[in-house]
Amino acid sequence: MSEHASQKNRFMEWIDKRYPWTEFMRKHLSEYYAPKNFNFWYFFGSFSLLVFVMQIVTGIWLVMEYTPTADGSFASVQHIMREVRYGWLLRFMHTTGASAFFIVVYLHMYRGLIYGSYQKPRELVWLIGMVIYFMLLIEAFTGYVLPWGQMSYWGAAVITSFASAVPYMGDLILVWLRGGFSVSGVSLHRFFSLHVIAIPLVLAVLIFVHLVALHHVGSNNPDGIDIKEKKNKEGIPLDGIPFHPYYTVKDLVGVVVFLFIFCLIVFFTPTMGGLFIEPDNFVVANPMVTPPEISPVWYMTPFYAMLRAIPNKFFGLVTMAAGVAIMFVLPWLDRSRVRSIRYKGSLSKIAITIFVICFISLGYLGHESVSTLRTIMARVFTVGYFAFFLLMPFYTAMEKTKPLPERVTE
Amino acid sequence: MKDEIDQKRRCYLRRATTLVGGIGLAAASVPFFSYWMPSADTEAAAAPLKIDISSLKPREQLTVPWRGMPVWVISRDQAMLDTLPKLSPILRDPLCEQDQQPKYCKNIHRSIKPQIFIAIGICTHLGCVPTYRPDLASVAPDWLGGFYCPCHGSKYDLAGRVFQNVPAPLNLKIPRHMYLSDTEIVVGEDHDGVQGAISIS
Repeated sequence: MSEHASQKNRFMEWIDKRYPWTEFMRKHLSEYYAPKNFNFWYFFGSFSLLVFVMQIVTGIWLVMEYTPTADGSFASVQHIMREVRYGWLLRFMHTTGASAFFIVVYLHMYRGLIYGSYQKPRELVWLIGMVIYFMLLIEAFTGYVLPWGQMSYWGAAVITSFASAVPYMGDLILVWLRGGFSVSGVSLHRFFSLHVIAIPLVLAVLIFVHLVALHHVGSNNPDGIDIKEKKNKEGIPLDGIPFHPYYTVKDLVGVVVFLFIFCLIVFFTPTMGGLFIEPDNFVVANPMVTPPEISPVWYMTPFYAMLRAIPNKFFGLVTMAAGVAIMFVLPWLDRSRVRSIRYKGSLSKIAITIFVICFISLGYLGHESVSTLRTIMARVFTVGYFAFFLLMPFYTAMEKTKPLPERVTE
Repeated sequence: MKDEIDQKRRCYLRRATTLVGGIGLAAASVPFFSYWMPSADTEAAAAPLKIDISSLKPREQLTVPWRGMPVWVISRDQAMLDTLPKLSPILRDPLCEQDQQPKYCKNIHRSIKPQIFIAIGICTHLGCVPTYRPDLASVAPDWLGGFYCPCHGSKYDLAGRVFQNVPAPLNLKIPRHMYLSDTEIVVGEDHDGVQGAISIS
């Protein structure tokens, strides 16, 4: 036994002289001290990494049977669904994975929002995360085009049309994006390339950079206080526990629950009643006829509702873009002395509640057809959405905060 | 021979290298951007198109794909043409000031022959295909007939002129076209030349 151990040590010694394996594992896992008071909200970072890996694996397999041409695409998806062994499973894992990705990422972002994880010194962690979120939107859009159903086609037509609002260059950019005078098989093929190569590569790099930035500044926690200020003689934070094995094991339990729910959806309701895969996408793309009602998949509907709320093409698009862009500057809008919602005043609590109501309502409205009442509601919620961000410098600076505890609370 | 570093010279060289390298990179990126423009066969497939309208009846709509877009030919009767002046006050661009049609279509009916209306059926908002709704009160109680876009509710009259207070900013695009005979039209080309690649979207 000891001989075996020493042999292993000699092997690792050989490796470590040539590659810092042990040092790396210590720094980022077994001696990476995370606050001991992580709660439920801290599962979603790990979950997004899991879903990313799942999307890559199922995606690689789907590409083996998929045809990225206007003539072949729709049929090849049906071929995957009906003829390829377990093709239905891998495809539904991939489509459910897309929505799951946004569910966990939105919850992950909400966690950062309520516990002030974007505040100094974690501004870059937040910014890189926002770039990941933006790339994820493009990845989801390009992926949704690939089955070449009616929603794929008209989604691509509408979203590429955003470019036509650019002054002077709009029409040129539009032709350039589409590779023709309209959305066609040429556009499909380039979106395929972006979806399977370019954006996943960028995402992988960004996720790596996101983690490098996080491990440099250390994780925040539900109390929003810095655990590095109270250390023992060895310089280990008193309120820190090694990420491995404590949080790896905890996350593993979360993963079991997550995958259980994920499988329920994959096996029993993969279209989620038209939310995850819209009914119109089971009809092959027809450039001559727009479906009576078009709406994007649920994770884009809040911004789509903002676009529709404004009766002017240019300003509608500007509002929608601003809706995403304003989240980037969040770290510089919060002027509070404390990070966590636990110690912020009632103004912040009311603001976050209003924000959540606005965001979810916009998401609902973006999915429904247009009516006068819904347009008015969408305008109200759009104002609420922006007010949350634009008034933040004032209410966070004004309100009375609660005193912070010395150490993290249990 | 001095043993010192000439910082001025080094700085100049660094800037010069960055500049030349930068220009080289910019030049090398041209093929990667151009690659995305329509290819030769896409442009060839975008050639002008002949349309036979001999069987088109009054109030009927004919949709023909051209460049992947629906081109409409609609035969308007006198009642339909009579609605056009009535709607002018509630339109964004009733006199067709914006460059959305060839000059020979810059008139109230936006066509060469008043009856025959030819347009590209792409909403100027975000590119959906508006629906042809010629019947009275079919979209709103005061609807006189026109085109309604299902995506975001943009409205156009029977000459493709856009209403006020809808998201679409411009009138529907009228392509270059000409009559070869009373029953044959060519779309994408007129006596002035062929429709440009970029001017259309």
